[in-house]
Amino acid sequence: MKSKYVEAAVYKNEQISDCVFRLSVKGSFDVKPGQFFMLRAWGQEPLLSRPISVHDVDDEKITFLYHVVGRGTQIFSKLREGDDISLLGPLGNGFELDMLKGKVALVGGGIGVAPLNYLYKKLSMNEGVEVSFHAGYRSQPFGLECIQGSCSLLNIATEDACVGEKGYIIDYFEPKLYDIVVCCGPEIMMSKLIKKCEAAGVPILVSMEKKMACGIGACLVCTCKTKDGNKRSCADGPVFLGSELILND
Amino acid sequence: MTSVNICGVELKNPVIAASGTFGFGGEFSDYFDVSRLGGISSKGLTLAPKQGNDGVRMHEVRSGMMNSVGLQNPGVEAFIKDELPQMEKMNTAVIANLGGSTIEDYVRAAVMLDKSSIDILELNISCPNVKEGGMAFGIKSCVAYEIVGEVRKATSKPLMVKLSPNAEDICDMAINCCKAGADAISLVNTFKGIAIDIKSRKPVFENISAGVSGPAIKPMALRMVYEVCGCVDVPVVGMGGISTYEDAIEFIMAGSHAIQVGTANFIKPDICVDIIEGIEAFMAREGIKSLEEIRGIIK
Repeated sequence: MKSKYVEAAVYKNEQISDCVFRLSVKGSFDVKPGQFFMLRAWGQEPLLSRPISVHDVDDEKITFLYHVVGRGTQIFSKLREGDDISLLGPLGNGFELDMLKGKVALVGGGIGVAPLNYLYKKLSMNEGVEVSFHAGYRSQPFGLECIQGSCSLLNIATEDACVGEKGYIIDYFEPKLYDIVVCCGPEIMMSKLIKKCEAAGVPILVSMEKKMACGIGACLVCTCKTKDGNKRSCADGPVFLGSELILND
Repeated sequence: MTSVNICGVELKNPVIAASGTFGFGGEFSDYFDVSRLGGISSKGLTLAPKQGNDGVRMHEVRSGMMNSVGLQNPGVEAFIKDELPQMEKMNTAVIANLGGSTIEDYVRAAVMLDKSSIDILELNISCPNVKEGGMAFGIKSCVAYEIVGEVRKATSKPLMVKLSPNAEDICDMAINCCKAGADAISLVNTFKGIAIDIKSRKPVFENISAGVSGPAIKPMALRMVYEVCGCVDVPVVGMGGISTYEDAIEFIMAGSHAIQVGTANFIKPDICVDIIEGIEAFMAREGIKSLEEIRGIIK
């Protein structure tokens, strides 16, 4: 699974929710769930590529889910079928599927559901794994293509109560019911969930989202604090054991 | 055709990967043959290991970026033991970039590096993200003179001094560094700048200021390189926003013996190879046999 820098063509790019787009790129990619790519679809401006996690992979394309927040993702949102895009990746450690056995809970917040979709797809192929999915959104849910209709337990919470429970998903989540928890979402959500899991004695893996420059471990701008000193979110992560991280509340 | 000699060290071409943007080279070896490079300047080293700065470490701006990494590094001893052996195998010149916060630390680290296999010691007196020392050494020529002189006594390695664009007088700074024993000058490091988050109404960085790099700084960096090339006799290694071969040629025409590529390594991991090949193709097209023919050609 060696990382590469490749030029590719857009397969499809569609808006699926308010400010959220799904971008597929043609090509065959060997990717572990939880890994990401540095994407760019422009010349020199903006300067840096954007780290985007992998949402899905099949034989003919790779799919990313992204939230339009700045200049880079705005350019992505204008891409059409056949447009050029550069991909550097796959990058990062990804989830170790061997660690995810028994009753596994995947907990996503907003765009944090993106990598969990592909993780769910891979886990659901493994025997001896029972996966449940818990997703929280501000409003309309998105990014649950692999999950809806196939997951034995799908819990949704929305802050505006348009779907599912009203409020934050972690307020409705009980770690004690599971052997291991996986979370991707805003840092404050992951921090609270780590504490909840620690109190319940349940291990938790989290995927960190940080601004990155190189994506390959050289620049040290995406470091996060751990009990073992600073670690690079791009090259040492983005997946970390919750117990090793020191997060701000 | 493109080989250059920097203080007695023969580089196969004038393109060096700049400190802080290339790790210790290993991260990039998956993407291209790093032996293609003229040299690699290591991540900024300090005597003791350093965790670097807290808070936001990077902010993107128009045509550039700001960083506040704060010299996170494993320390000189760990560098020599764990990183240098694999750098030696990369078949390119190894430049150790040394930062610090006290003259004593610089000297002790230089003594350790003197006994190692590094090719060139690049003295970083210009890091804007270290509270003590660092930047202060790079602003006042008299302080720079003292630190370069002390390090000169501590090592017989070729000594290149990396200047800050924030120096009070860049030519005076370069002249003083040469008087104190510098064999070469490299410039410029990042420009000191600030960014403000208007929603939170707070500075983006905990240190308030941070170092600006990337294409945005190129015209100012080029001007400083031109001026320094006119006032010192030692080789000058120019850098600041170089991301194409045309940028590199401009620096050579301004007087640079070699150039360093920094932030552009983040845009495309093998961008240094594009620049090397671009320089070679330009020379072939223009009938240039040696970089000597165009070095410092603007007067």
